[in-house]
Amino acid sequence: MTEFSTVGTSVRRRDLVEKVTGSAEYTVDVTMPGMLHAKVVRSDRAHARILSIDATEALAAPDVVAVVTAADLEPLFPRFGHIIADHFILAPDKVRYFGEPVAIVLAETLGAASDAMRLVRVEYEDLPSVMTAAAALAEGAPLVHEQAYDATGDDSFKSLTGKKHTMEFPEAEGARTNVAHEVDLEWGDVDAARAGAHLVVESTVHYPMLYAYGMEPYNAVASYVDGALSVVSSAQHPYMVRDDLARIFDLPLSRVRVSTPYIGGGYGSKSYTKVEPLASVASWMVGRPVKLVLSVEEAIYTTRVDTADIHVRSSFDAEGHILAREIDIVMDSGAYADNSPLVLAKCVNRSFGPYRVPNLRVRGRSLYTNTAPASSYRGFGAPQGNFAAETNLDQAAEQLGLDGAEIRRRNLVRHGEAILPGKRGIDADLLADLEIAASSLERDRKDTPYYGMGVSCSASDAGAYPISTAQVRIQFDGSVIVFSGSTEMGQGSQSLLSQVAAEELGVDLGVVSVVQSDTSVTPYERTTGASRTSTLVGLALQRACADARTRIRDMAAEIWSCTPDEVIDLPGAVQGPEGAKLAYGEVVRKWFGGTAGEVTGIGLLRREGVTQEMPPFWETGMVGVAVEVDPETGVVTVDQLVTVADIGFAINPQAVEGQDLGAATQGLGGALYEELVYDGPQLANANMVDYRVPRVTDMPRKIDLVLAERRDGIGPYGAKGAGEGQLNPIGGAVAAAVARAVGRWPNRLPLTPERVWRLLNDLEDSDPPA
Amino acid sequence: MAEPRTEFAISVEVNGTTVERTVESRSLLIDFLRSDLALTGTKVSCELQVCGVCTVLVDGRPVSSCTYLTVDADGRSVTTVESLSSGGKLHPLQEAFVDCHALQCGFCTPGFLMMAKGLLDANPGAEREEIVEHLEGNICRCTGYRPIVEAVESVARQQRAEAK
Repeated sequence: MTEFSTVGTSVRRRDLVEKVTGSAEYTVDVTMPGMLHAKVVRSDRAHARILSIDATEALAAPDVVAVVTAADLEPLFPRFGHIIADHFILAPDKVRYFGEPVAIVLAETLGAASDAMRLVRVEYEDLPSVMTAAAALAEGAPLVHEQAYDATGDDSFKSLTGKKHTMEFPEAEGARTNVAHEVDLEWGDVDAARAGAHLVVESTVHYPMLYAYGMEPYNAVASYVDGALSVVSSAQHPYMVRDDLARIFDLPLSRVRVSTPYIGGGYGSKSYTKVEPLASVASWMVGRPVKLVLSVEEAIYTTRVDTADIHVRSSFDAEGHILAREIDIVMDSGAYADNSPLVLAKCVNRSFGPYRVPNLRVRGRSLYTNTAPASSYRGFGAPQGNFAAETNLDQAAEQLGLDGAEIRRRNLVRHGEAILPGKRGIDADLLADLEIAASSLERDRKDTPYYGMGVSCSASDAGAYPISTAQVRIQFDGSVIVFSGSTEMGQGSQSLLSQVAAEELGVDLGVVSVVQSDTSVTPYERTTGASRTSTLVGLALQRACADARTRIRDMAAEIWSCTPDEVIDLPGAVQGPEGAKLAYGEVVRKWFGGTAGEVTGIGLLRREGVTQEMPPFWETGMVGVAVEVDPETGVVTVDQLVTVADIGFAINPQAVEGQDLGAATQGLGGALYEELVYDGPQLANANMVDYRVPRVTDMPRKIDLVLAERRDGIGPYGAKGAGEGQLNPIGGAVAAAVARAVGRWPNRLPLTPERVWRLLNDLEDSDPPA
Repeated sequence: MAEPRTEFAISVEVNGTTVERTVESRSLLIDFLRSDLALTGTKVSCELQVCGVCTVLVDGRPVSSCTYLTVDADGRSVTTVESLSSGGKLHPLQEAFVDCHALQCGFCTPGFLMMAKGLLDANPGAEREEIVEHLEGNICRCTGYRPIVEAVESVARQQRAEAK
């Protein structure tokens, strides 16, 4: 018997039942009465001045209602961006990347919109472009943005790390650069430590341009009527989108409603605003609802993952203890900032690892280039930084004659030790997790040639900023509805929140339902990201349940004419003096007098108490990978995948394992197969034929998913978050495994057959990083 | 020269019901199902026949409805995810997917279900290797595939047990 009735059990998820029957509603399934269909005319060059846009022919086409261009947006605030409002809804005077929206064609049918889209004539004058971070950094490089923008980043962004952040928007026109954002982090005396070191190891790696491929492409349907905007969208963070839309139309927040049904894959890539402004301004223009669904190609050009070129120099003593780490990160963030400043800040924090690093210097720069905008992706900067520093550590181990587990054993921080000054200590037992991963790998080691193994670990300051609200409403029959602004995108938040409510109120899971993510209905939730829902929404919901219980006790006291402290809680009921008992439903009915009424409990969470110290929790990753390389072809087969999730407490263990295997599999995709490739102004592989993601035949032969539950999180029942942790260290583990299999260290991902074959045959890269 | 025909009258059996419509010659089966018939259970993603999301059965064979012309379904029988459960009772594959946690976001699931049904109808009791090979054309970004294979395997095992 466990001490819990509902949590800690792999309950049957109701959302999964809806999804297997085809009745689950996604944004793509949503229609509005009288809606028009939109298609977006996009730039066919990387950087060019717009000389003219001629929509005459398009407007004359059958069933076409309107063509919207930047000129039409003059009465509005024409940009969005939750950190820097630099992102033009429609390109005004120039385009900054191939695929940038230039005009919106609105028609009665999708076919008519598609046909007419080709009839919009845009005349351009090409400008010199910067297609890589290196080109963007070069002296005299063409500027992607000539003008400055106001930073919209709120306090929670500014106080994110408590260190130097530079919004690179100098006053003087002549001093402008393509640096979108810069973050520095430093302590100790790196130079002195290096000077006295036994060993200094330097390495430079390139992290590829990835695409998250949430299989439902970005889409929205919007209706602007009489100074009020209603949008249904595939956004992970509907409240953040609402804020952007309210700024665009100068509307009170109460007049902008954004709701999110089920999402077809998020993985961070549906964080923040995407196509909602396009659909909304179109509806505003014509006074009818507008539906806009992107193709996968358009979605790739809407948001991809930040690439990174990272130089690492680590200094060690003779025993392999880290004396100092110096890390220089340059990210190619594309044409608009979007969430890249945060990705960069997180990359800096997550780059040097959960180790004792007495002296540290990290410099991070995020660059504007004339490529598709980059933004959040599962792991937020961790996969990039972690890959660079873990590979460096493994190279040091080799030079010191240590194995990968041993050098980590000698450097990992212990439970409670801080890796960032002034921040919460590490709330995980990484040393124990390492032994689990390493012993699992060793147990199934194969004694064959071209076989290699790697262990790798990471720690992410997760949870984002602790602002969360939740409501529970107890119905007059005793059933319970949970309201939360946290979005269900497959991770299982709906089911998890119902488990927490059932546990806290002592009611059967079958009488709890959950309503999520409608900014005019559900209570405020900052974001659904950074693995925060179990921990932060869970806490807010516990408080809402406690509040509801208090109200129920007060009402029962009134009914029994006693004092509230004479009423005690029972599961789903209360007990009063002389053994009187009333179930929740009876309390509601008796108090209101009739078969009617409802009791609402409210839970508020802010930065205080258990969530005062930042981050709210650490999301760690501990993985082991074993590979077998085919020396003839360079094909890498993953023989073993081991993940150890230090999650404190698994509210639904099956859901956590699902997140871990999913995250690790995406990590394997980025480490072995996935890469967007620019060829001139445009991507050579902006489609799912040429952008290869893991398939069922790529499954590791052995998969060992371990949950380390030590109840050491601040969340409900000791829970911490999950979902990103087991992706973050995969790149480093794969790189180490392949290096040990082929005898040479890779300097980039993904490790495609050709690259591995070249490593094996001591040949140079055919396509070295720029 | 005669104008090319832009519309065709067709008769298709969809989930057991005969549907007669006039469709544009360029109409894709996925749009016919989702927009004309409001059968939105089937989703679409890559539009290039490589992700498997839009898989439906045509005369019992899995096809990618994103690249299948509606007119080609004339006189044929189309089966979609909506037909799997009946009277509130889930199909064994649906039960197995829920039990095994073989989905998270669920967007790829209708395609996986129909692809798996296509296999198990034609080859009851299929072995794990056959299942893996058969599902290679379907992408899932959430689960890492193992639970999906386990779900289909569990139904194949039931079939083998029932056949004995």
